[in-house]
Amino acid sequence: MKKILLASAAIASLAAGAAMAEDVKIGIILGFTGPIESITPNMAAGAELAIKEVNDSGKFSLGMVTPVRADSTCIDSGAATAAAERLVTSDKVAAIVGGDCSGVTGAMLQNVARPNGIVMVSPSATSPALSTAEDDGLFFRTAPSDARQGQVVADILGERGIKSVAITYTNNDYGKGLADSIQAAFEAAGGKVTINAAHEDGKADYSAEVGALASAGGEVLVVAGYLDQGGKGIIQASLDAGAFDTFELPDGMVGDSLPANIGPGLNGSFGQHPGTDSPGAASYGDMAKAAGYDGTSAFSPESYDAAALIMLAMQAAGSTDSKVFKDNLMAVANAPGEKIYPGELGKALEIIAAGGDIDYVGASAVELIGGGESAGNYREIDIKDGAIVTNKYR
Amino acid sequence: MDILNAIVVLANYIFVPAMTYGSQLALGALGITLIYGILRFSNFAHGDTMAFGAMAVILATWWMQSLGVSIHPLPTALLALPFGIAVTALLLLATDRVVYRFYRRVKAVPIIVVMASIGVMFVLNGVVRFIIGPNDQNFADGARFIFTAGDFKRATGLDEGLALRSSQVITVLAAVALVAALFWFLNRTRTGKSMRAFSDNEDLALLSGINPERVVTVTWLIVAILVTVAGTLYGLDKSFKPFTYFQLLLPMFAAAIVGGLGNPLGAIAGGFVIAFSEVSVTYAFKKVLGYLMPENLAPDTLVQLLSTEYKFAVSFALLVLVLLFRPTGIFRGQSL
Repeated sequence: MKKILLASAAIASLAAGAAMAEDVKIGIILGFTGPIESITPNMAAGAELAIKEVNDSGKFSLGMVTPVRADSTCIDSGAATAAAERLVTSDKVAAIVGGDCSGVTGAMLQNVARPNGIVMVSPSATSPALSTAEDDGLFFRTAPSDARQGQVVADILGERGIKSVAITYTNNDYGKGLADSIQAAFEAAGGKVTINAAHEDGKADYSAEVGALASAGGEVLVVAGYLDQGGKGIIQASLDAGAFDTFELPDGMVGDSLPANIGPGLNGSFGQHPGTDSPGAASYGDMAKAAGYDGTSAFSPESYDAAALIMLAMQAAGSTDSKVFKDNLMAVANAPGEKIYPGELGKALEIIAAGGDIDYVGASAVELIGGGESAGNYREIDIKDGAIVTNKYR
Repeated sequence: MDILNAIVVLANYIFVPAMTYGSQLALGALGITLIYGILRFSNFAHGDTMAFGAMAVILATWWMQSLGVSIHPLPTALLALPFGIAVTALLLLATDRVVYRFYRRVKAVPIIVVMASIGVMFVLNGVVRFIIGPNDQNFADGARFIFTAGDFKRATGLDEGLALRSSQVITVLAAVALVAALFWFLNRTRTGKSMRAFSDNEDLALLSGINPERVVTVTWLIVAILVTVAGTLYGLDKSFKPFTYFQLLLPMFAAAIVGGLGNPLGAIAGGFVIAFSEVSVTYAFKKVLGYLMPENLAPDTLVQLLSTEYKFAVSFALLVLVLLFRPTGIFRGQSL
């Protein structure tokens, strides 16, 4: 008993000592287990690379920054909320990079971030619903909302002179949100959506779905699905039945396996996925390679940017209190100011300390709009001779 | 012209797909009905046996493709069928030896055997995923189309196209050939007759000297042929994924019960009834009506009775209706 008392006293004094030294903790809550566990290690590595860069520069005026990881599971809101609660109450993080998937991110925002007043910057939640969620100005994301992709799709269709489309989507939050935003944007631009119907993934036969789509008609079929799931099945069945021969492919459908699986029938189709030709993406890729992970992995650049923005905003506010620096996040991310690319965080901290302005561009060409979400950069692609070729960036 | 267009649309989206799907269901339901009639239990492992048979064919097909064997324009899988049937027959006879024979010996009530078959289903489920994995597998080769929608439009000058895939024609032809052979076997051969006798009255058949184990063995062999062919045709025509075969269980049982359990003719009719209702209830008739009706009456809506997500609900609804109002099925099979 005595020993335990002694030990806990020692731990308590240690904790007190740690709190006294200027130490800033940033939580990184991502789905290290679950459906996107293959990409989260590269995302976390991105955020930690930014933190390391800031520490190494020695220019951060508020102390040393330590990352603390937690698991959001991507799908289990209860587990994610508990993990975020632990980060805030027991690890006492000053801000959170995360969450990853839209559902758990919304839950953590409402149950943990808002009650405790902690800033959350998500690198990968894309649901349009998060744009309108109550966030007390605490929630930001370096990934674009799918509403933005809907606008991009409408622009691409409009520029190609297409007047009517049929839309099919995979029956989940991502598919439904994206399909609805495409429909809203396209109709606002004067186009006609003949049908907006769901399809289930993992079925062998999509002829019935294609029958309904074909009956509704349209010049192009927009397939808001997954390239190795129902989306592929829908395209194959459409080509087989001669229902559609041109397809618009949103981000979940763009991948080299699709033209390889479908064959020449896909030539002439087009699509878009997040991507940028900003020099930041390339230099971030090199930095990641040097650090020993893959920086081109999905949402890894966005994670680096999320962590970097938090620290730059803290520096600009001169405080690690979320309620204070939340107001500086938009300013450091957007013009005016000197453009900051990956690897230049030390320079950025210096400019801020000297009272200057910065415009953080980072690895994913960040530009925060609306309630604090990335405007998003998309790579428009064409399928030519069985290969994906870049048309342009927008 | 408009009437022709309407007919072509119907043929392209309802008649051809439903014929193909119906043939695949009919072959599956025949197996279920045979097992029910002769072995007297509902075999829940049927869908996964189908997946196993198709898997065996796929493995043999890949092996042949790697050797360069081909019967272009027909798919190589047809050549691999006998191999798949042999492997599936071995599997079925082995499960009979290990599982079902015990329950026959102790004269277990059917529901116990059904439970045992669910166990077999789970084991097969795992075996198939263990060997070939849970993902889509592509094994179709040979000519994909007899004629495409584009060819048809150019040849006829109509606005609407009709596509006919070779897998669809092969499916229907194979189903017809298999069913004809099965009926000849059941009605004309000595073994077939003894099987029917065993199905009609087990005790009387035993008294007249029919060897029950032989009847059981022959039944499993026939079932092996039916499931392997049905599974392979389904995989060729659509795609092979173990889970989709498990999902086929409901429409196949619905087909067997709607037609009349234990009645082979009923299983075939049931297969087509289920297939045609699944496809036509979820079809959007907007285009067809657009061609048939005068312009000012053409519908704005899709004219779709049920959204396609509810496809499986259709077979369930039919199943419930038949059980409520005609429990013996269309062709007067055994009642449940």
